[in-house]
Amino acid sequence: MALLEVDNVSKHFGGIVALDAVSFTAEPGEIVGLIGPNGAGKTTAFNVITRLYTPDDGAVRFDGESLLGLPPSAIVKRGIARTFQNVELFGGMSVLDNVRIGAHARQGEQAPDDVLHYVNLHSLRYRSASGLPYGTQKRVELARALASAPRLLLLDEPAGGLNHEEVEQLGTFIKRMRDDFELTVLLVEHHMGLVMGVADRIHVLDFGRKIAEGTPAEVRADKSVVEAYLGAEA
Amino acid sequence: MTALLRLDGVEARYGPVTALHGISLEVGEGELVAVLGANGAGKTTTLRAVSGTVQRSGSVFFDGAKLARRPDAAARAGIAHVPEGRGTFSELSVWDNLRLGAYTRRGSVKEEARRVFDYFPRLEERKSQQAGTLSGGEQQMLALARAMMARPKLVLLDEPSLGLAPMLVTEIFDRLDKIRSEEGAAVLVVEQNANLALAHAARAYVLEVGRVVVSGSSAELRADESVRRSYLGY
Repeated sequence: MALLEVDNVSKHFGGIVALDAVSFTAEPGEIVGLIGPNGAGKTTAFNVITRLYTPDDGAVRFDGESLLGLPPSAIVKRGIARTFQNVELFGGMSVLDNVRIGAHARQGEQAPDDVLHYVNLHSLRYRSASGLPYGTQKRVELARALASAPRLLLLDEPAGGLNHEEVEQLGTFIKRMRDDFELTVLLVEHHMGLVMGVADRIHVLDFGRKIAEGTPAEVRADKSVVEAYLGAEA
Repeated sequence: MTALLRLDGVEARYGPVTALHGISLEVGEGELVAVLGANGAGKTTTLRAVSGTVQRSGSVFFDGAKLARRPDAAARAGIAHVPEGRGTFSELSVWDNLRLGAYTRRGSVKEEARRVFDYFPRLEERKSQQAGTLSGGEQQMLALARAMMARPKLVLLDEPSLGLAPMLVTEIFDRLDKIRSEEGAAVLVVEQNANLALAHAARAYVLEVGRVVVSGSSAELRADESVRRSYLGY
């Protein structure tokens, strides 16, 4: 059975259709990529899954249970954690305190110090989060998410601020993390090298609709995806 | 060639943390120069040192004179800074954002606006819309347009590709070429998409932990083994 089922979900903002009957699933242990142009609805999908938005139509199920009756605070307790596109850390607090908040959400099932060692941030634990380079702040968010001992991890553009070599390392790290923490990962990212390298399956959104799905090779060869998103050079 | 911008042994710090350990670099009139480097190498800080938005020592010469270490001095001298994350005023309309960009100019704002709408016709359509409701790509266009309202001699551009779909990133750099050829503005750009940056830049500097470790023409850097491995991925 799929761990996550997004089933015919629609979401409107005024006259704008952000999601139009979108369906996709994530099986346990899978890394699933979600790609598409800016404004395609990728982050909206994350916000629906994490209950920041209530969809106008459709269902979201996690481990067979509907999430739509739950408040956002219950989502993390069910085992879903996320990072944010534009980094949403508690800027004035230390790296360690940010990670402690993640751990607190699940009664400290993961020790913050262990997580900080795992993501190689332990030496920065007393530094203020807001003063760190962008790519490092993204890693603090990842640590905060891991500290809540999730089963499903939603990553929103984790490659932001990283150079080519660092993105390659990130790809390896995401797979290792999936294995070590027995995670299912949903990945939104514009860095095609990363998505194509780590995802088992990819869903492509454009203007709120799903236009393609398949393995990285299938999606890359899909004409509608090239036209809507990748461009001729890709 | 007399340099439009010259940094000579510039150091910068955030409280006790030294981010730049003596950076020297030059940007010629009308030249596009790229800054490459890993997360935390000091790329963003280099731009901030030029615009006086971080504590710095060492000398910065601009347009034939020593530049005072105050953001308003940099702005009045003709330097426009497009920060990481764009820094548009999300509660204000597109039009008001553009008006703020022309703050240091005398004369008609409308005339300047006609100029930038020529480069970014989409923004004219969205003139009265709240900036925060624009798509990511449009917000990046707005940030660049706002900078151009001041008719700058130098634009500091921090990761224009962040969060943008591959096709939009290409479009931004093409637009940048057009602006440069028509207005003669120089650009110092921080960019993680090194392939693209080097395709458009005449020269580039590579930073590592607050120091310039490699510099040269784009062709020289593309031929450099370590640059290829870390930044270009071939």
